[in-house]
Amino acid sequence: MDLSVINPILLLAALMSAATPILLAATGELVVERAGVLNLGVEGMMIVGAIAGFIVAVNTGSPALGFIGAAAGGAVLSLLFVFLTQVALANQVASGLGLTLFGLGLSALMGQSYVGVKPPRMGDLNLGPLSDIPVLGPILFSHDAMVYIGLLIVAGVWTTLKYTRAGLVLRAVGENHDAAHALGYKVKRIRALAILFGGACAGMGGAYISLIRVPQWTEGMTAGVGWIALALVVFASWKPWRVLLGAYLFGGITQLQLNLQGAGVAIPVEYLAMSPYIVTIIVLVTLSADKSRAPGSLGRIFHASH
Amino acid sequence: MMRLEKRPQPSRAMALATPLLAVLATMVFGGLLFAVLGEDPVQSILTIFWQPLFGEFAFYYRPQLLVKGAPLVLIAMGLALGFRAGIWNIGAEGQYIMGAIFGAAAALVFYPLEAWWIFPLMVICGGLGGFLWAMIPGLLKVKFGTNEILVSLMLVYVAEQFLSSMSLGLLKNPEGYGFPGSRNLQQYASAHNAEIVSGTGMHWGVVAAFIAVIFAYVLLTRHRLGFAIRVTGEAPRAAKFGGVNPARLVLFCLGTSGLLAGLAGMFEVAGPAGQITIDFNVGYGFTAIIVAFLGRLHPVGILLAGGLMALTYIGGDIAQSQLGLPAAAIQVFQGMLLFFLLALDVLTNYRLRFGAAEVA
Repeated sequence: MDLSVINPILLLAALMSAATPILLAATGELVVERAGVLNLGVEGMMIVGAIAGFIVAVNTGSPALGFIGAAAGGAVLSLLFVFLTQVALANQVASGLGLTLFGLGLSALMGQSYVGVKPPRMGDLNLGPLSDIPVLGPILFSHDAMVYIGLLIVAGVWTTLKYTRAGLVLRAVGENHDAAHALGYKVKRIRALAILFGGACAGMGGAYISLIRVPQWTEGMTAGVGWIALALVVFASWKPWRVLLGAYLFGGITQLQLNLQGAGVAIPVEYLAMSPYIVTIIVLVTLSADKSRAPGSLGRIFHASH
Repeated sequence: MMRLEKRPQPSRAMALATPLLAVLATMVFGGLLFAVLGEDPVQSILTIFWQPLFGEFAFYYRPQLLVKGAPLVLIAMGLALGFRAGIWNIGAEGQYIMGAIFGAAAALVFYPLEAWWIFPLMVICGGLGGFLWAMIPGLLKVKFGTNEILVSLMLVYVAEQFLSSMSLGLLKNPEGYGFPGSRNLQQYASAHNAEIVSGTGMHWGVVAAFIAVIFAYVLLTRHRLGFAIRVTGEAPRAAKFGGVNPARLVLFCLGTSGLLAGLAGMFEVAGPAGQITIDFNVGYGFTAIIVAFLGRLHPVGILLAGGLMALTYIGGDIAQSQLGLPAAAIQVFQGMLLFFLLALDVLTNYRLRFGAAEVA
């Protein structure tokens, strides 16, 4: 075992990139849950986004277009969830599970002829002299654009929820849909938009895995990241900045266990690979005592007939 | 304008009709999907639903119906108990894996001893493996209020890693020329879950599935505990006032579903699969969720739904080899079924009304 091969600066730099898929998916789901909807289909939307983005990127040669395609793919799949839960008033837990199962199959079908294909590379953003600062440069300022877009989305969600009227309405719908309806807000329309936003974010998160992290297409490649993102929203008590913190924590663990595998630690690879999931469970246990922050109408079906 | 009006009572007729409508809708839209993939839609649907039952080689495929249906029914039956009470165990795949590992390990410890008690011991250990694995989300929920959906699902990934560690390490066949995977239990007479009547597909797992269905039926319709499950799902507050102990209910539902999933895994590894390998699990634990819903969370319904889902597996295999239909197409097909079911389910609790809604 040789731990000296793990360079702490490179580890911290890789952490930001490793955290991005979880960060994107969890931020999207946070908005959905603040609107009072529990969408367990994050994993499904991520994997569909992963392949949709991959297909677009390979065929157009542009990773940027790939991410737009991924957002569209995730959002289109989430439309199914909108129809099931907002129009057909189906159980949200069952619909979300269905979305994940369907998404896993659909993505495998879409990706058949893309196994083994190399996607176009997305270069790191050129931040000029900032990237040359010792230590901080490689950690903070030498990443691809999506890392920063992810941070911008978190900041955007935070300001929208906290300081704008739209954010206030969204939270009202999530806390008490009957009261929001009585005030004249279109509960279903607002929820549908939130779900679409969540789908687009999850799709981009998935594409980050298939286009940048891995980068290639394999079936089921999101491997539970969507579920970890769901856990992260609980961990974050439905607050955007805590999602960021949590995503970096998980990104760090993922990256550290990969580095430990590389360094040939005496622990078998399988047990290292378990660690992100086990840590998720431990975090859930330590934080689940405080449920007071959960949106009041989370997971409840809204039907305005009386 | 079309709008939904809540029914005073859920419609019984619609509750029975929606699964059939969902199957029909899936056939139509599945056919369209196959047409998009460049296959003859009618031919594909016939291959999936007709060939295994009445085709030329039906004598070979019919027994497969039991082999594939048994684990689905066994797992779905346990899940349905929890789903009815609003307790969501979606990690059956992990419990299935742990049952298989525990069951196989119990036999491999005594290899090559031949004794009558080995198979019963495997059954006990297999059930125990699934039970213990399901107790983790159960105890965490009862003790700390942790979300059982996320914990049980996280444990699927942990179990998958544990499975590959076992098939590459502790349980690896010492005479396997270095290939991953355990000894083949089909060649170990005392541990082999062989067909009870040869050529029928009827193995002990099928028997267990039927017993589970009967037990669940009696439990839900005749027993106090079954009543507690139904009340908790339909009116949690009423259940509380009625003296239902929610913690005990959580442990019972998760424990039972884990036990049954573990048994399914154990019967599979000792019979049709034969050995512990890295890719031993094929997703029965997830498909069983569809089976549970398609069967309306009712024991008899689950039995029928399990048969139907087994049919799509077998028909899918045939379509794959004869028509070159991709394996993933069947997965999409099964997912579609769940969607149509959930979407049409609205008709059970609501009535469609046409005409302008009055201003409230």
